[in-house]
Amino acid sequence: MEYISLSYTSLGIAVLFIVSAMAVSFRYRLGLEKDLAVGAVRAFVQLTAIGYVLQLLFVSEKWYYVAIMLAIMLAAAVKNAVARQSVQPKGMFTTLGISIFVGSALTTAVVIGIILRVKPWYSPRYLIPLAGSILGNSMTGAALALNRLRSDITHRKPEVEAALALGATSRQAVMPMIRDALKSAMLPSISSLMVVGIVHLPGMMAGQIIAGAYPVDAVKYQLMVVYMIAAAVAITSMMVVYLATNLFFTPDHMLKIEALGST
Amino acid sequence: MARIEFLSVTKTRSIDGKMYNVLDDVSVAIEEGTILAIGGPSGAGKSTMLRLVNRLESATSGNVLLDGVDVSTIDPIELRRKVGMVFQLPSLFPLTIQENLTYGPRLRGVDPSSLEAKVREVLDMVDLPDLSPGRSAGELSVGQQQRVAIARTLMNEPEVLLMDEPTSALDPTTSKSILKLVCDIKSKYGITVLFVSHSLEHSRLVGDRFLLIVDGKVIEESDIEAFFRGPQTELGRKFLAGELK
Repeated sequence: MEYISLSYTSLGIAVLFIVSAMAVSFRYRLGLEKDLAVGAVRAFVQLTAIGYVLQLLFVSEKWYYVAIMLAIMLAAAVKNAVARQSVQPKGMFTTLGISIFVGSALTTAVVIGIILRVKPWYSPRYLIPLAGSILGNSMTGAALALNRLRSDITHRKPEVEAALALGATSRQAVMPMIRDALKSAMLPSISSLMVVGIVHLPGMMAGQIIAGAYPVDAVKYQLMVVYMIAAAVAITSMMVVYLATNLFFTPDHMLKIEALGST
Repeated sequence: MARIEFLSVTKTRSIDGKMYNVLDDVSVAIEEGTILAIGGPSGAGKSTMLRLVNRLESATSGNVLLDGVDVSTIDPIELRRKVGMVFQLPSLFPLTIQENLTYGPRLRGVDPSSLEAKVREVLDMVDLPDLSPGRSAGELSVGQQQRVAIARTLMNEPEVLLMDEPTSALDPTTSKSILKLVCDIKSKYGITVLFVSHSLEHSRLVGDRFLLIVDGKVIEESDIEAFFRGPQTELGRKFLAGELK
C-alpha cells in the first residue's frame, strides 16, 4: 500500500487555511489573529517535536523509553485536568492523577494484552497512539466529572447539609450529585458511540485508511477505540467522584467550605 | 433527653485572609427540655453555635457537651441522629414526601414499609394529617415544605432540635403556626430546642430562656420574660430597642 508523502512545501500551502481563519477574525474584529498565529506555530513545533520523539522510540524499541514517554503523557493529562478546575483544593492533583492513571492503565492493559495481544507489549507503534487516545479521553472525563461535582455540591449545599444533619455520611449526602457528575462525564463518549461513522470518520480510522489499511480493518480498530474510550471514561470518572469526597469533606463528614468556591 | 453545655467555646474563621472570632469564649448551659431562643444582630455567631452542636463545624477551642460528653468525641453520624436540625430553607430532597420523611431511617437500614405508622404520626404532629406521602415535595408551599422538613427531622426521634431561623422565609401567619408547632413538639417529646431567630417576637413566643449574642460574645442569658421586662445590660437594652442591627 502506498500513500502520498507530504512535503514541507505542500504543507506550506496548508498554512493558507490558518490565514483564512485569521481573515474571518479580522473581518469580524474577533481579536483572535494572534491566538491563531501562536496556535499554528505551537502546533507545528509540538507536533514536529513529537514526530522526532516517536521516530526515536520506534527505532530504539526499548521498553523504558516507552514507559518514560507514557509517564510524560500521563503527567500532561493530569496537569491539564487540574488546570480546567475553577477551584483547586489541596489533594486535587493526587485525586485526578490516581483516577486518570487507574482508568487509563486498566483499559490500555486490556486492549494491548488481551484484545490485540501486541508482542512485545511495549511496541510503541500500538501502545503510544492507543494510550494517548485513552489518556486524552480519561482526562476530559475526569475534568468534567470533578467540575460538575464541585459546582453541584456548591449549588445544592443546603440539600447536602440537610442530609448530613439527618445522619448521612458525606458520600451518602452527595450521592445524587455523584450520579449527575458521572452522567455528564459519560454522555460525550456515549453520544460519540451514537454518531460515529454517520457524522464523521474519526481521526484514527481516517489515518489508517489514508495510510493504506482496508476500510473494514480500520473500522474494527475504530470500534475497539470507541468502546475502550467509553470504558476508560467510565472508570476514570467513577474513581474521581469516589476520591473527590475527600476533597470536599473532612473525615468527620463536615463540608470543607473553602474547597467549594463560589460557583 | 438531653442537656447541652458550651464551655469557653471559640470559633475562628478566616474571611478574606483575616482571622475573626465568630464565637468568642462562649459559655452557656441549656437544661434538658427547655427552649433556648438565641438572638443577636446578623453575623453575631448564632447559626455557628447550632452548627457546633451537631458538628457541621468544629470549635477552634473549648468544648460543646451533650449530656456531659464532648461532642467531638461522639461519632458524627450517631450525634446527628440524636441532634436534629431545621434550616432557614426547608431543603427538601427532590423526592416524594414519603421518601423525604424516611430518609433518615433508611440511612440506618430501616425498611421504609415498616414506617407507615411513624410517617402518619409525624405528619399529624406537624399538622399535615391529610397530606398524601406519595406527592412530590416540590409541589408543596414553602410553609408546608418547612413542616415536612421538621417532620423529616422528627423521624429520627432526636433528643435535641436545632432550629436555624426556621421562620424567616415564611409569611407571618405561617410563621406563627410553625412557632406553635415548635412549642407542641417540645411539650410532646420533651426535646431540648435551640431556636435561632432575628425576630424578637418569635423568640419570645417560643423561648423559655433567651441568649443574646453580639460579635460572638454572650451578652446576656436569662429567663425570656425577665429579658423582655428589663435587660440587664446596655447592649441588651439597645437590642430590645432595635438599635443593634
